[in-house]
Amino acid sequence: MSITIENMTKSFGSTAVLRGIDLTVESGELVALLGPSGSGKTTLLKIVAGLEWPNSGGLNVNGQDWLGLAAQDRRIGFVFQHYALFPHMTVRDNIAFGLTVRPRAERPGKSVIAAKVEELLHFLQIAHLGDRYPAQLSGGQRQRVALGRALAIQPTVLLLDEPFGALDAAVRRDLRAWLRRVHEETGSTTIFVTHDQEEAFELADRVVVMGEGRIEQIGNADQIHDHPASPFVARFMGATIELPVVLSAGRAEAPGLDAGRLPRRALPDGPATLFLRPADITPVADPSGRWQVSRCTSNGAILRLELTDGAQTIPVDLPRRALEAKGLERGARVILRPETAAIFPGPRPSQAASAATELPRKEKAQ
Amino acid sequence: MTATAIKPKRVLPGFSLSLGTTLLYVALVILIPVIALILKGAQIGPAQFWAIVTSPRTLSALRVTVTAAAIATVFNAFYGLLMAWVLTRYDFPGKRILDALMDVPFALPTAVAGISLTALYSANGWFGAPLASAGIQLVYTLAGVTIAMAFTSIPFVVRAIQPVLEDLDPALEQAAMTLGASPWQIFRRVVLPAIFPAWLAGSTVAFARSLGEFGAVVFIAGNLPFKTEIAALLAYIRLEEYDYQGAAAIALVLLAFALVLLILSNWLQFRAARHLESKG
Repeated sequence: MSITIENMTKSFGSTAVLRGIDLTVESGELVALLGPSGSGKTTLLKIVAGLEWPNSGGLNVNGQDWLGLAAQDRRIGFVFQHYALFPHMTVRDNIAFGLTVRPRAERPGKSVIAAKVEELLHFLQIAHLGDRYPAQLSGGQRQRVALGRALAIQPTVLLLDEPFGALDAAVRRDLRAWLRRVHEETGSTTIFVTHDQEEAFELADRVVVMGEGRIEQIGNADQIHDHPASPFVARFMGATIELPVVLSAGRAEAPGLDAGRLPRRALPDGPATLFLRPADITPVADPSGRWQVSRCTSNGAILRLELTDGAQTIPVDLPRRALEAKGLERGARVILRPETAAIFPGPRPSQAASAATELPRKEKAQ
Repeated sequence: MTATAIKPKRVLPGFSLSLGTTLLYVALVILIPVIALILKGAQIGPAQFWAIVTSPRTLSALRVTVTAAAIATVFNAFYGLLMAWVLTRYDFPGKRILDALMDVPFALPTAVAGISLTALYSANGWFGAPLASAGIQLVYTLAGVTIAMAFTSIPFVVRAIQPVLEDLDPALEQAAMTLGASPWQIFRRVVLPAIFPAWLAGSTVAFARSLGEFGAVVFIAGNLPFKTEIAALLAYIRLEEYDYQGAAAIALVLLAFALVLLILSNWLQFRAARHLESKG
């Protein structure tokens, strides 16, 4: 079941939530919608489910126009963030719900439904929980029941809204591998929403990064990590340090910066901004260096430095045993040697606009 | 070796004072009057008690009361559910006013309610006149008694359902929708089970309240013995006649009704809600 979304927009009152989304999901694909809260990812998922309606745009599934179909008729499996299990029904009745509400003519017989539920209970490894009520289950168990309920109707498309958001880290890792297996065994086309990068990259075939109602980038972990398509993606992927530079013949230049390890870029000369991760910078001791170590802490393995040039303070992480770490203490002068970085033309956005993405450490240091 | 017991400190001071005051208040205002009534009734003796309660006039009054209260409650159960639904599910101009109006029967002195209802439904009132020309008379009939009871008890149903309906997770209904359930199936199988305990509780309290309603009913009922005389009024009449035992016996029957209803309602709610407690 391939899903095609074309030029979709949606606003709540005067707030635009989706500003023109184009996306194609291939049959059998597992796609993650990744983005911070407010990026429109859940709204997009709910539109595909038929729980929200766009202001404009198209939604086609296998050539069929889904905007003319009610949620009831789309046959999707939707797993809600907080599971939304029916509290007064047992696990068995929850899973059977979608089959028991079918019109009488299409409804399978009681024994067929019971057998189907039993099969799903085994498949989801919750066979011993069939007679419990949702209130008697742990978060991970509820998640499995919610997925079982969605799978019972043999959905054309499986949609999951922050499927692991409410679970603790260990259960989350377990369920991730398990969901991947479920996806492969059922062969369903699956879209899930998350704000957790690790989850998105580990689980999905393709990751769609969303920000402020637009698709910023589509790709796999390496592509998005190494070649962010926009400043937004760079910041979201952890490149929170933004240095103003000047591009000259494709190379970034700034006082106190040794950009020798960065490849040349086919970008016009002029002002640009370098986006860096704290771990991708090597500070090189230089008595006349522009940057000075203003703070130095260690967790044993990693040395965390704060470097300042008087105007800007940036965090830098490096292995404590690295050669370059020798002699780096408070007051030492260094220059920056980025190992990898993203460059976007144009001056660095104003402080106010980028304040939200900067580290709290910085404010303390100033 | 001496061990000193450590007395845990309570966070909020004045626990014993506030609990003591509460208990005293409950005793004075609720418990002692009820006990006094039971003691008074106990003095009568079973034979005489039975004679009072089964006298034709008492039986008739009880029948009128229970019948009218039952009809009023059935009406309120459905109408109250609809009201609560409208107030929680839709946004429309004047919603807050409508919401506030729901409390009028709570706040209005019941006698005032009774007088205005009588004025409205009497043969020359706004509703009464057209009804009278159609040959229907409501004042001084069982229907009149029912209207008065329904008026004073409707907020119990609405206010019991409303918060539960407001707290109902919309994702439950959406989940049912994605699973292919029709609107009626969603209501019947998802919404109704969730609000059922509250609905039941509200309706039971409304019924109990209707059984004891006095002020609103006496004006519209006309109080014809064997026709529209309610039990609470009969107890009052007995009291006026210095027949304390007669009054106490009738009051005891009403009390027993109310108690049985409360216990039944609590039990049914407990049964319906036993799976709903979340472990968090």
